[in-house]
Amino acid sequence: MNPFASVGEPVLGFFEAIGEYTFFTLRTLRLLVRGRIHWRNTLAQMAFIGVDSLPIALLTAASVGMVFTLETANEFIHYGATSVIGGAAALTIVRELGPTLTGVVFAGRVSAAIAAELGTMKVTEQIDALVSLASDPLRFLVLPRLLACVTMLPLLAFLSDVAGIVGGYCIAVYLKGVSPAVYTESVRSLIGPDDVAKGLLKAAIFGLVVAIVGSHKGMNTRGGAEGVGAATTSAVVISLITIFISNYFLSSVLFPGAGAN
Amino acid sequence: MSMQVQLVGVEKRFGPKRVLEGVDIAFEPGKITVVIGPSGCGKSTILRLLLGLQKPDAGRVLVDDQDLAMFQEPDWLAYRERIGMVFQSGALFDSMSIGRNVGFALQEHTKLTREEIDRIAEDKLRLVGLAGQGHLRPSELSGGMQKRVAIARAIARDPGMVLYDEPTTGLDPITSTVIEDLIVSVAKQTGATSIVVTHQLSTIFRTADRIVMLLAGSVLGEGTPDELKASSDPRISGFLSGTVPTGWA
Repeated sequence: MNPFASVGEPVLGFFEAIGEYTFFTLRTLRLLVRGRIHWRNTLAQMAFIGVDSLPIALLTAASVGMVFTLETANEFIHYGATSVIGGAAALTIVRELGPTLTGVVFAGRVSAAIAAELGTMKVTEQIDALVSLASDPLRFLVLPRLLACVTMLPLLAFLSDVAGIVGGYCIAVYLKGVSPAVYTESVRSLIGPDDVAKGLLKAAIFGLVVAIVGSHKGMNTRGGAEGVGAATTSAVVISLITIFISNYFLSSVLFPGAGAN
Repeated sequence: MSMQVQLVGVEKRFGPKRVLEGVDIAFEPGKITVVIGPSGCGKSTILRLLLGLQKPDAGRVLVDDQDLAMFQEPDWLAYRERIGMVFQSGALFDSMSIGRNVGFALQEHTKLTREEIDRIAEDKLRLVGLAGQGHLRPSELSGGMQKRVAIARAIARDPGMVLYDEPTTGLDPITSTVIEDLIVSVAKQTGATSIVVTHQLSTIFRTADRIVMLLAGSVLGEGTPDELKASSDPRISGFLSGTVPTGWA
């Protein structure tokens, strides 16, 4: 094989995919700007995506908050820094773990569900049927899922923040003997509203990623059951990779002072 | 009101494969035209071109003297509100009851109340012999019943044109007959221009006012069923009698 082709083809494929996703996103957002929102489907998707993802998101966040505190509390106590245990846990959870882990839960659960549902609709001609019935699949299927993800992921991330901090509180106070007042004061002094807001902004962007990747993969599914399976797997993998990579750049931009001291 | 549909020099290719090569067909308004031919000859592509799901590489698709290539997004929506399509698989929305499927276009594009939509959906379901079944889900129906619901959905808004993609493929002979009779009665009751794509002999002869036969992307012949049965071209007469002619492509 031509060595230039072996390098060029994947690079071109990458940029082609970026272009496709960008075009797909812009077409969907154009409907939003025009106010062409299918409210019934949007509310149904919010209920499905938000409510059904809540238990696993809370469980994940509480578990991570507890484990984080379990692992760090002894070190902080050993170095006489008991007063930062709550703050360190809260800062990590609010800025990084809450949004990212909720994004991961969404990538695994919601992006897969969207890709599988739309993929099945595609291979059974239901999306063509929508078009034949004078309905725009982007308006009827994609925009409601996008709005649901962009609103529900931050909401769940916020609840995950709370669950993580409470999980850390339980370990610090009941297992490590930290005073409740010290833990809560530490949380209050180290995190501010802007930390929470920026964390939730990251979550909203992850929601956009999950919805767009899942929808695009679903809408472009080919073949039968095998194609649906491939689209579903691919949606999860691409969502996860995009969340992890974008998280680094988002944190760099949103929290430029992090690690400066 | 029935629609006037015409393909003029239409060409379509998928990669290196030429599916349609300069096809000219005028579909008679208010009549049932059956498009026949062996698998892969471009029959279903014609329906997809008429729906705007695909665009021709060359030539024109004219509906009521309007070129579909000139359509903007609002034109497409208005045009599609006037046509009904019955997909080969039925393509019913499995997240909804069949009543909701039939009333879908009314729900999305009119300001009718829920009760009015349900009444119209029930009327259409009665027309296809499924009165009182509107609460069922598509997964609870047989293949033939799904096709009947798909027909009810396609005619819910009294379209000017109804497209049928292999409406009887995979059905038993009795159910096929039911569907074929339904196609004829829908055409009579609505006056819509009907285009049926099939290779089922019973469907051809029980429904067709006119037949267009395609072979390798080109029109091989067209006429009434009797005219084509009497064709001197062995590929046409052979196809219609179910025999394999010499040199069949």
